[in-house]
Amino acid sequence: MSTLNIVNKSPFEKRSLEQCLKRIGEGDSVLLIEDASVSALSKTAYAEQLISASKLSKFYVLKPDLQARGFSEESLLDSIESVDYDGFVNLVVTHDRVHSWL
Amino acid sequence: MTIEVNGKSLDTDEEGYLANLSDWEPEVASAMAEIDECELSDNHWEVINFLRDYYEEYQIAPAVRVLTKAIGKKLGKDKGSSKYLYELYPYGPAKQACKYAGLPKPTGCV
Amino acid sequence: MEDEEYQGGEVKKFLYVNRRQPHGTVYALESLETVLIGAAFDQDVSMLFIDDGVYQLKKEQAPEGIEFKNFSKTYRALEMYDVEKLFVERESLEERGLAVDDLLVDVEVIPGSDVKALVDQHDVILSF
Repeated sequence: MSTLNIVNKSPFEKRSLEQCLKRIGEGDSVLLIEDASVSALSKTAYAEQLISASKLSKFYVLKPDLQARGFSEESLLDSIESVDYDGFVNLVVTHDRVHSWL
Repeated sequence: MTIEVNGKSLDTDEEGYLANLSDWEPEVASAMAEIDECELSDNHWEVINFLRDYYEEYQIAPAVRVLTKAIGKKLGKDKGSSKYLYELYPYGPAKQACKYAGLPKPTGCV
Repeated sequence: MEDEEYQGGEVKKFLYVNRRQPHGTVYALESLETVLIGAAFDQDVSMLFIDDGVYQLKKEQAPEGIEFKNFSKTYRALEMYDVEKLFVERESLEERGLAVDDLLVDVEVIPGSDVKALVDQHDVILSF
């Protein structure tokens, strides 16, 4: 059973990402969108946490949100895959349910 | 919209529900019933008072299904049927009785 | 409601996840109202309270002073609306110095490590 968890808040402002990571496990995925897209970057203070969480769960970031904020795929953590809107839809249909951490 | 009760003019919404819960007094129910050409019997009042108590306790106007069950529990099985309640309140027990009781329209009721 | 249309339709299991305090934002009230409206449809509904969401169930709330309706009383009506179960995460309670006795309804307390399993048992997750 797999859940696609969607996080949209900056980790520097809200704790949704942390609260989500505490409660997911094997087979689950996390998609970082909007202000949460910066969590996918390799140079932030949250990088370690993401690297360790990505051993159990798969992480994705929505590319247009990243680009809108002036970042390219080169600045992403290795374990994170970037997706476009089609990829977003694909993730939704390939998981059993979606949990949005508003 | 407004309704005239005891010489006072009370605000209602466009469907006739009281705007302020605290404006309610028994004469409000009688005045609303009069507009609907409905005469309030003891059985009507029993439901109105039940609804007011329910609202006081739970801060919500119950859905019909919940109301029917709860009435049956409190006032006896024969009264806990939608047939009995619809006979008293043909416009719908939750809608019409809640209105007379001065409560907002039940949640989920459109 | 047209019963015919529902024949053969599957009953889905809904889990409402509540993560915010009751009065600072409108989320808690919106969640509660959605649950009550959803009860009109034959769906299987449970609620989970984690993080600040556990404050929604705190006893003795008196929001009249800040001119809000005391909708905490409404949680006690959920049973009549056939809401299956209210789950509360133990760690969220403990972090806030709260215990089951501080809550205004009967709940099932689960450890954080069981949240994933609970989510996995549901078809639809609605987060507030």
